[in-house]
Amino acid sequence: MADILLEELLIGSIASNLDGLRHVAVGASSPIPGAAALLARSRSNDSMRVSILGSEDNNFFTDGGKEIFDIAGEGRMDAFFLSGAQIDGQANINLVSVGDYRRPKARFSGSFGSGYLYYVVPRVILFRLEHTRRTLVDKVDFVSAPGFSDENVYRPGGPYKLITDRCLFEVDKTRRCFRLQSVHPGHTVNEIYEQTGFTFDMPDGDVPNTPVPDATTLATIRGPVAEEISEIYPAFAARVFGVGRAA
Amino acid sequence: MLATRLSVDELATHIPDGAKVALPPDYSYCSLATTRALIKRRAKELHLIGVPAMGFQADMLIGAGCVATVETAAVTLSEYGLAPRFTAAVRQASIRMMDATCPAIHAALQASEKGIPFIPLRGLIGSDILRERADWKVGENPFAEDDPIVYLPALRPDVTLMHAPLADKFGNIWIGVRRELMLMAHASAETIATVEDIVEGNLMDDEKTKAGTIPGLYVTAIAEAKRGAWPIGIPGGYEADHSHLLRYVKMAQTEEGFHQYLEEFVFETAAVAAE
Repeated sequence: MADILLEELLIGSIASNLDGLRHVAVGASSPIPGAAALLARSRSNDSMRVSILGSEDNNFFTDGGKEIFDIAGEGRMDAFFLSGAQIDGQANINLVSVGDYRRPKARFSGSFGSGYLYYVVPRVILFRLEHTRRTLVDKVDFVSAPGFSDENVYRPGGPYKLITDRCLFEVDKTRRCFRLQSVHPGHTVNEIYEQTGFTFDMPDGDVPNTPVPDATTLATIRGPVAEEISEIYPAFAARVFGVGRAA
Repeated sequence: MLATRLSVDELATHIPDGAKVALPPDYSYCSLATTRALIKRRAKELHLIGVPAMGFQADMLIGAGCVATVETAAVTLSEYGLAPRFTAAVRQASIRMMDATCPAIHAALQASEKGIPFIPLRGLIGSDILRERADWKVGENPFAEDDPIVYLPALRPDVTLMHAPLADKFGNIWIGVRRELMLMAHASAETIATVEDIVEGNLMDDEKTKAGTIPGLYVTAIAEAKRGAWPIGIPGGYEADHSHLLRYVKMAQTEEGFHQYLEEFVFETAAVAAE
């Protein structure tokens, strides 16, 4: 994949987890998930809606900041993306702080909508571009939202995949852990073991490579998707695709 | 009934020390003009409520020592990164944090606008957000068996502070599609606003503007402030002043730099008036 960028691989891979859905929503600071959602929509034969926070062209809400959460609570949102300063092996995510909560070593922005959306959106795709033992940890320091809940807790939603700059994990809801699904071209299973702070399951047989986007997909990513995403993320679009205004 | 019209400095006196102040996020309509007035009058012990998150406005107030408590789902400068004075204050434990999640803030305000004591919300169970919030409780769904759900007490800010494109002399404020500001006004004891322009006539006379207008009933006072959101922008109005915001973020990395920023752009009013 000499001439395929990591960003393009991730966009293609995420989009293949969105095909067939009715409504995909994308939160803040998420250019790659945003581009993936736009790619999935472009091949949905006009049957998918995409809402992107921060976009004017792809934002159809008219009832204020609460509407996106009400939509999710009603079951009208099929997929969403979450990240974390830390993500652990039970798919708990931490968007708050490292160290003691009251006297933290590092403080981040906060939990945003995760303490709700992770519970109610059926297909939450976890996305973390720094795959190291610092970010993928055995146990998060603060649970913004838990990966799994007790049987009696209302939980129609939850983690579906975890995608990083090195690999793709799928979620085993029964065993409540991640299973390695594929390794991105140029990376190895040994490297995944070395760089991951939590234990995870292995698939039966060989671990496949993450499929690279085919020529048609690549042309869509580099053409209309790049153009559309530049409205919201001009610096990203300029850096990766060389479109739109300079950063 | 005519609206009370004040200067921006007078408007800021409607936020007394210790007040619970509801603020919108940067992508909505924020009154940075009033933020500067609060810093100039050295407001103290404010309890900021982010609806549901806050940005530059909160970072400046925290850095200037105006804030005791922060209740929010996040403080973020979005593409400009972490909020430097906020993160420093949390690390030094100089502010009290009440971490929330976005829909919890919205729902608790909705309880307030309905005049009911609490509201249930899905999610949250098993999170450390809930564990750290002694004011939230897990109860039972009274209509089902074994269905735990979080109860949030109604959240009633003393005052909502916003900036808006238009108002009229009756105190009606046009906020268009930014309807979180409508919720905030309904839920708060008082609402004060700076506006770009106070128009002739009545915003209620045309259904197109009426649909996006906060009735003057909720509004205590307004002040005209051209570019009152600067250095952030207002949607549909003007863009954020990117080079100024980058400069802020750079200066606010240290306490000294931040105070130098205040000297240059807050206490020196002449510099602020320039675009």
